[in-house]
Amino acid sequence: MLGFGVDRLQADINRLLTSLFHQGVLDEQFLQLQQLQDETSPTFVYDVINIYFDESEKLLRSLRLLLMDREFSDYKKIGLHLNQLVGSSSSIGARRVRNVCVAFRSASELNNRPGCLRGLEIVEHEYHYLKNMMHELFQLEQQRLLAAGVRYPM
Amino acid sequence: MAGEVPSLAESKLTALVVDDNLVNQSMHHKLLDRLGIKNDVVCNGQEAVDVHCSGRNYDLILMDMDMPVMNGIQATKKLREMGIESKIAGVTTRSKEEEKKEFMEAGLNDFQEKPLTISKLVSILHNLDFYVQT
Repeated sequence: MLGFGVDRLQADINRLLTSLFHQGVLDEQFLQLQQLQDETSPTFVYDVINIYFDESEKLLRSLRLLLMDREFSDYKKIGLHLNQLVGSSSSIGARRVRNVCVAFRSASELNNRPGCLRGLEIVEHEYHYLKNMMHELFQLEQQRLLAAGVRYPM
Repeated sequence: MAGEVPSLAESKLTALVVDDNLVNQSMHHKLLDRLGIKNDVVCNGQEAVDVHCSGRNYDLILMDMDMPVMNGIQATKKLREMGIESKIAGVTTRSKEEEKKEFMEAGLNDFQEKPLTISKLVSILHNLDFYVQT
């Protein structure tokens, strides 16, 4: 009975991941990230994703502040922030976020302010969608671990 | 999952990760760990230079290109001027040929596009004649 709960949760996790891969939200680099998790770092995926969230939110806040400034002209700074976002999104397999950041970066290279504002909206949208999905994944994983723990009490 | 990764459990190799991005620092550090390569992490080219000035030396340096204070091209040139003969592999998201060429000409031994994966890292090690035992 308890094993059935673990199996059902694992099936939910697999279904969510399959959906995220199918939507292009994640790519094979996320599997690389999962492969690095082991006994010496059992929460590696969770830790790295949380570093990604912290860093990305700082960068997105900074981008919004820059673009909201009426006197804004520092497109180079926008480009530097976006290089960071492209890099870290690629590293964790966040394909859609990475791709919209690349599009945003193209607008900044053309000093296109309306394009940058639109780009920022799209990046924020994709980022928040990813974050919500990751939270759902971690909640399912936590429930699965708890269910497995109940089955095999220490 | 751990069994699918080539292991250098007894490796005596050492490496330095030079990257300002915290996500990449974590990933590259862990990738090297999993291959049995002891490694340190610094945040920019200046810190990479400083750590060598303090007397540390590494078999392999994974050098990011875009970093504040001192970027990967500047750091690679500086390390070579200092006589550092470590193998330096550039890792960057930049994909334009002229950008890669500039980075290679700074003194790199190899180059890989990010994101770095286990197979890309093993490829770097093979290209640089580091022995990989599985």
